[in-house]
Amino acid sequence: MNGSFRTCPTTGLKVHAQADALIKANAVVATVALLIGGITAVLVLLTRWQAVHLLPADLFYRVLTVHGMNMLIFFILFFEMAVLYFASAVLLNSRVATPRLAWAAFGLMVLGTVMVEWTMFTGRADVLFTSYVPLRAHPAFYLGVILFAVGALIVTSIFFGTLVVAKREKTYEGSVPLVTFGAATAAIIAVITLAHGAAIYIPTFLWSIGVMHVDAQVYRLVWWGLGHSSQQINVAAMVSIWYLLGALTIGAVVVNEKVSRSAFVLYVLFISMASAHHLLVDPGMGSAWKVWNTSYAMYLAVLASMIHGFTVPAGMEVGQRLRGYAKGSFEWLRKAPWGDPGFSSLVFSVIIFGFLGGITGVTFGTEQINIIAHNTLRIPGHFHATVVGGTALAFMGVTYYVIPLIFRKQVAFFPLAKIQPYLFAGGMVVFSMAMTFVGTFGVPRRHWDITFQQAPFDVQFAPAVDLLLGIMALGGLIAALGGGIYILVTVWSVFLGKPMAEGRTA
Amino acid sequence: MHTGLVSPKGIWWKPAHKAEKIWVAIAFAWCMVLFAMMPLWHFKGGQNPSGIRHKVTAAAYARRTQEFIRTYQVGTDAGIPVVEPPPGSDVYLQATSFSWTPVLRLRKDAEYIMHLSSLDVNHGFSLSPVNINFQVVPGYDYALRVTPNEAGEFQIVCNEFCGIGHHLMVGKIIVIDGDATASAGGGE
Repeated sequence: MNGSFRTCPTTGLKVHAQADALIKANAVVATVALLIGGITAVLVLLTRWQAVHLLPADLFYRVLTVHGMNMLIFFILFFEMAVLYFASAVLLNSRVATPRLAWAAFGLMVLGTVMVEWTMFTGRADVLFTSYVPLRAHPAFYLGVILFAVGALIVTSIFFGTLVVAKREKTYEGSVPLVTFGAATAAIIAVITLAHGAAIYIPTFLWSIGVMHVDAQVYRLVWWGLGHSSQQINVAAMVSIWYLLGALTIGAVVVNEKVSRSAFVLYVLFISMASAHHLLVDPGMGSAWKVWNTSYAMYLAVLASMIHGFTVPAGMEVGQRLRGYAKGSFEWLRKAPWGDPGFSSLVFSVIIFGFLGGITGVTFGTEQINIIAHNTLRIPGHFHATVVGGTALAFMGVTYYVIPLIFRKQVAFFPLAKIQPYLFAGGMVVFSMAMTFVGTFGVPRRHWDITFQQAPFDVQFAPAVDLLLGIMALGGLIAALGGGIYILVTVWSVFLGKPMAEGRTA
Repeated sequence: MHTGLVSPKGIWWKPAHKAEKIWVAIAFAWCMVLFAMMPLWHFKGGQNPSGIRHKVTAAAYARRTQEFIRTYQVGTDAGIPVVEPPPGSDVYLQATSFSWTPVLRLRKDAEYIMHLSSLDVNHGFSLSPVNINFQVVPGYDYALRVTPNEAGEFQIVCNEFCGIGHHLMVGKIIVIDGDATASAGGGE
């Protein structure tokens, strides 16, 4: 299976046929998950928008579960598997270490996904993304998550194996490129994350079939080692993609390898402790534990993001100046390819992740602010800025390069693709800011009816809440339109699009 | 100069540009400020999540709540017992799917030790409209020292998904002014 390579006519990279096929397969499944997650996103939005209040209670929680699992687990992780194959085999001109095992892992992940989707859609797992024990789902739900996690763990092992193969077969000279280095940190964090996933979902599966007991607080502790750490995989993968997109769109340079790589290492060392901030108002842990894990440890990971937030734009500016856009302070920015969806996605991703997502996230990580933010809409307001406006948008941007370079198809409906990042980013900014503000009034997240019509006591939120929910819905619908365009463009390009000029095969 | 797609050859551990050094120094200093604020605020701040924490079985917690209600009940409200414990006492609030028991009548500016626990799944204590939120975990007794500083009626919204009746789960805390001694026995 290790046979053929082709040479990419654009980049000159040698692409292993198996790497090609694995990237395509993972990207396609990721897009299907994104579609399911996107449709359910609109249904959730139209229910939380109290003026419309679309779904009944049982369907709302079911659809919310489907939305969370598809977006935060299936879409993101399948896409990241594709990123791992790209950053190892493609960027290093190498073969994939063990292609048969890679396909087996892919099969395992798809099987796990199908099991989870089945339990969710048939109402056997109305437990939301977090599935806090002792809320009970069908055993197939937990087993599906386990199979998916094992498959993803195998893929990360193959990534490391491919690094070894490339080094041994001398497919590159010197050190691995920065993008590969960043992807390697994402893979290391993935191992930590998926180990937590196994450590909590295996006992929970056994609990669901009545074999053992799982403590509710221990579940929350270990589960967040999966739930939040998986977002740290996203951060490391997204920052790698920032460097990748900078290089592809405007030839952004690495200003200093030492600084950027050290920042990635800070993620590996410190970001896992950030999971502790989910437990700031929990009964199980003492103040010393809470303060240590969420301040000392976490802020060094924050430092890493602040460094990338400087080096990525700096590399873009220096790259542009080297290309001749050197007049004044801002010619490099004015003359940038704003009509290239890869470039605009990159810029918006950096800004939304850093300013909206990062700052809100860091503040929630303090004890006192957590008391006024925990489980309110401020929390999803924050992570829609990080995961959607940051990570998903960066992934969308890189897709506009994956289509010609890997699928070897022209991007269809290019004028639509051009405006897609603007719609998506603009919509997400309005959406997540409005959602955050609603949360400051104490409006709970994960709640079907904040008018509490059938509750024993009357609850009145501030009148501004209604207005803000309307603005949130408007932003959300604009973002959903952007997301819809993305799916239309990618699916059309891949399955019905015009092929690029063929590259030579070696 | 090369992009992030290129394998750097030779030694790339080179001194950073002055601008990068300055930025890293500023960022590091800011992180240290944040780091210092965490413990500082914990001791100086007026509102903290630190409390007395114990493991407790659902049956034991239910017994304590029943005992608490029997001792201090002054009426009922919407079918839920209303209790008025003396200032300084231990107050028990019990979360079950889908209700908060009992309704509490507390005195403004008096300190209480408020216990939170759940008899079944995770619930969320969210005091509306002041917006104070705590996680309520089955098997754990979370005792917080609270001093109400504002009179009026407050609602307890459940803000952790607990099942199909999650949106029905609303409780109540009534805070009365310290001199309103005659109000004992209220509720309807």
